Amino acid sequence: MINDTLQNRKTVIAIIMSAVILVYILRLFTIQIIESRYKEGADSNAFLKKTQFPPRGLIYDRNHTLLVYNKPAYDIALIMREIRDLDTLAFCKALNIDKAFFILRIAEIKDRNKNTGYSSYTPQLFMTQLRNEDIATIQQSMYKFPGFYIQNRTLREYAFPNAAHVLGSIGEVSRSKLESDPYYKQGDYAGRDGLEKTYENVLRGEKGVEILLRDAKGRIKGKYENGKEDIAPKAGNNLMLSLDAQLQVLGETLMAGKVGSIVAIEPSTGEILAMVSNPSFNPSILVGRQRSKNYMQLVNDPTKPLMNRATQAQYSPGSAFKPIQALVCQQMGGISQNTIFSCNGPSSSPIKCTHHHGSPVSLLSAIEQSCNPYFWSAFKSTVEKDGYGAKNAIFRKNYDDWVDRMKSFGLGEKYTDSDIYEQSRGYIPSQKFYNKVYRAENAWRAITIRSLSIGQGEVLVTPLQLCNSMAVICNEGYYITPHLLRCDSMRKHIHRAKVDKKYFPIVYEGMARVFESGTARASQIPGLQMCGKTGTAENSHGKDHSIFVGFAPRNNPKIAIAVVVENAGFGSLYAAPIFSLMVEQYLYRKIKRTELLNSTVAKVTNSYVKER
Amino acid sequence: MSKNVSIKYALDWTTIFFYVVLVFMGWISIYGASYDFDQASIFDFNQRAGKQFIWILTGFAIGGMLLLIDAKMYSIFSYVIYIGAILLLIITIFVAKDIKGSRSWLEFGPIRFQPAELAKMATALALSKYMSSYNYKLKAWKDLIPLGVILFIPFSLIILQNETGSALVFVAFLLMFYREGMNGIVLLIGTYAVFLFIIVIRFSIIPVQVDRGTLGFLLAMGIVLLTQFVYAFFFTKNRKEALFLVIGTVVIAAISYVINIWFYLNYNYVAVFATIASCLYWVVIEIMFRFKRYWFLILFSLGSVLFSFSAEYLFETALQPHQTQRIKELLSMENDLNGAGYNVHQSKIAIGSGGFWGKGFLNGTQTKLKYVPEQDTDFIFCTVGEEHGFWGSTLVLFVYWLLLMRLLKIAERQRDQFSRVYGYCVASIFFFHLTINIGMVLGIMPVIGIPLPFFSYGGSSLWGFTILLFILLRLDAARLERMR
Repeated sequence: MINDTLQNRKTVIAIIMSAVILVYILRLFTIQIIESRYKEGADSNAFLKKTQFPPRGLIYDRNHTLLVYNKPAYDIALIMREIRDLDTLAFCKALNIDKAFFILRIAEIKDRNKNTGYSSYTPQLFMTQLRNEDIATIQQSMYKFPGFYIQNRTLREYAFPNAAHVLGSIGEVSRSKLESDPYYKQGDYAGRDGLEKTYENVLRGEKGVEILLRDAKGRIKGKYENGKEDIAPKAGNNLMLSLDAQLQVLGETLMAGKVGSIVAIEPSTGEILAMVSNPSFNPSILVGRQRSKNYMQLVNDPTKPLMNRATQAQYSPGSAFKPIQALVCQQMGGISQNTIFSCNGPSSSPIKCTHHHGSPVSLLSAIEQSCNPYFWSAFKSTVEKDGYGAKNAIFRKNYDDWVDRMKSFGLGEKYTDSDIYEQSRGYIPSQKFYNKVYRAENAWRAITIRSLSIGQGEVLVTPLQLCNSMAVICNEGYYITPHLLRCDSMRKHIHRAKVDKKYFPIVYEGMARVFESGTARASQIPGLQMCGKTGTAENSHGKDHSIFVGFAPRNNPKIAIAVVVENAGFGSLYAAPIFSLMVEQYLYRKIKRTELLNSTVAKVTNSYVKER
Repeated sequence: MSKNVSIKYALDWTTIFFYVVLVFMGWISIYGASYDFDQASIFDFNQRAGKQFIWILTGFAIGGMLLLIDAKMYSIFSYVIYIGAILLLIITIFVAKDIKGSRSWLEFGPIRFQPAELAKMATALALSKYMSSYNYKLKAWKDLIPLGVILFIPFSLIILQNETGSALVFVAFLLMFYREGMNGIVLLIGTYAVFLFIIVIRFSIIPVQVDRGTLGFLLAMGIVLLTQFVYAFFFTKNRKEALFLVIGTVVIAAISYVINIWFYLNYNYVAVFATIASCLYWVVIEIMFRFKRYWFLILFSLGSVLFSFSAEYLFETALQPHQTQRIKELLSMENDLNGAGYNVHQSKIAIGSGGFWGKGFLNGTQTKLKYVPEQDTDFIFCTVGEEHGFWGSTLVLFVYWLLLMRLLKIAERQRDQFSRVYGYCVASIFFFHLTINIGMVLGIMPVIGIPLPFFSYGGSSLWGFTILLFILLRLDAARLERMR
């Protein structure tokens, strides 16, 4: 009865069964051990990685006064795939937006041209930088809108409405930054200008991650491993600036109604004590939802309030150039401290004198009286000291030498080792430049470039460079790169001017006399020896720029200042009082000359700026 | 009368051990799959694991009762049981509520029951009974027809209930038929047909030239011609004729290519023409040389042509849209990870993320967070894969393998044909469920919703498999009683 001939078929069947199970084990081996994409798939399925934004570092002034801090803000993010049965009207009402805006935002988010990182699986920012009161309504009803999330953020808050240019602002990261730095994700914020940009990596801190478990329907089921794998955000580091908040505030007050800038530096350290640029704006208007609107307004303002005039505006220094000219000419042997030149007053040639004084003049009184013919003669005898030579080669070599020594005062180039992000380089015209302009190497001579002797013509400086040149004089031959952060490491950035120490005292003396008996007599501070130099720079935009540079006290200077008031006229009238008041504030921490203060503040050179 | 042997000694305790191990692992997996962070107890009867625990206990009770019944009864009452099951299936069609498109559940108060699970056992009994009847011969037509009827009635009734998956289980009996003498060619042809079907369907979306034939069909015809060549060249050693076949094929291909430059010519028809021409050629050879060796080849070729031609049509029309979709997903013809492909994609993610050691019991994120649909029923193996990794999954497969081998051994040691046929039926049914279910979860079989024996949640299936197994154990225990 039993069919034994077919018994070997049991083996066949056993082999078939074993083979199938073996194939399955091999398949398990491939997907569980060899391939890793399933692991990743599981993570992106189950883990909702919520970014925890760190608080940005705070910013203090040199006296520990808090300048910039944070306040809480909120973003509304959405995950497109998780949005279900959205009651659009209720949502718009809760957020206090209109439906058109809602539709527009959704379209923008989905538009891959505008939003390159779009994915329907990942959180996308719907609205950013909402304040507490903006989200109060929706916070309670958030559960009604699956797919929408509230993310905590911080916004910048400013203790003073000042120093906007120095501090800079933060804004959404640019596309180029997104691509170059993997730290940033679409919608993140980063420093856009000023110190916020320079010290972005210090201030930003490290983002943290909170890992939440999310089920197939997108519901949050709690923390993964009770938060063991979470990474806490690391707060950004605080910054202490070299800025003196009170001095800065005074500077901005003094500049009211005027266009121009003030830069104050502590000569011994290169620390910038104040950096004023007017017209300015309240930095808090570039925070939050109003940022883009206000920003556009600033961009379109004809007086260019976004420009940091202290570092970006370039002016002819005019007579403020003379102290350095005196130093370089002495060093190159064009003059000595005893050299005298004649001055024919207004009838001098080729350059007139605008002041009234005796003739001949010595170097000392030339500085004191700002004598133009003297400096022309000094410059001429410096660059022509060895004659011209074939094809003017000797002259040009000496001119090169002059340019090089001028630049050693920190002129004509950017301070590349500084933390000031926005800078212009200024201009000390090179030999090449003149060769090109006059189309031949021998087509120009000292007389051709005579304007340089009195700081006019092609030479351009920024107020920062002007102020720094004073720091060189204070230090008798060197400067430390001007910077905004209070830190010792910058002290190593010493740059030596190519002028020997022995040539400085006479310039000191001349500049002191400017206050004692010269052009700035009216701006003296009783009982304080100050050094300074007025400048009145001609320009093509109307009235002359009023310039003043100087430092105080004369012995062991604590502060060097450059003041530029655009289109205001004589340096002694506008810039010198501002200098004087700044010095008083910094050295005495108090202003006694309230009358001078009030009259200076009341001076208006640009009624539009006053109106703003 | 037969000798009374204590069932305690006669019972195959090894099988019972495997059974208990699998049921226990299944229960743990169900607890893992339906665990919902709220830390419910495994004995919470409102939860699935708790309910499964009841099913397991009642299953043990049913198994125990089946062991108490005299083994002869199963043989005697097999037709009665069969007819009862058929009636139950018929009643179900009219009474059952529509659940997810299928009408296969009978409800008695809180208990739901799927008669299709019983039908497998009943059909197995009926087949065993018929095939063990006196002077039965598998190859005789008069015996084949009743066998067909026994299979066809429950099969079609289950199809009517819209439970295609359960109906397909009847295919499993092919293995048993093979053991009982069915020509092995049938299995080979079946495998070949599946292979040809996959080739035609998979490459049907790739045109050879726009509107001028599909790659799938040309490949199928290529396979047929290649088979002819290999057969003639290596088996019948008509080498000259085999080479002539190759030359003829190349010539036809070349001519049709040239014609196609100026005129419209569908390459599918060229291929059919070439294949039929080759058949005629073999007919001529057959007649000329009287080899009598080519008739099978000709039949095979023409059958293949017919099958390939109808495969695409059947695929698009005879199957339901969701079935077509599932096969397309399996063959990577479509890749809709959120639609038809979602289940399998998620199940692969769950298993794949388990790695070698797994994430640990109750630590699977994919299953806990309900990413895999049906994860405590048809996709229960995901939980094993995710939480216990490669070693755990392999262990489960190994236990199944041990059980299957044991069942084959039991079937083979039976002294009467009834028990042996029934034994093979049980082994085949378990094997089929295992192959389809785990193959589906691993993404190498189409999605066919049938449970994993002893693992998947559900009273009906657990009871069904328990009954199947314990009847065999009872029959096996009785083999010693028959010894004189």
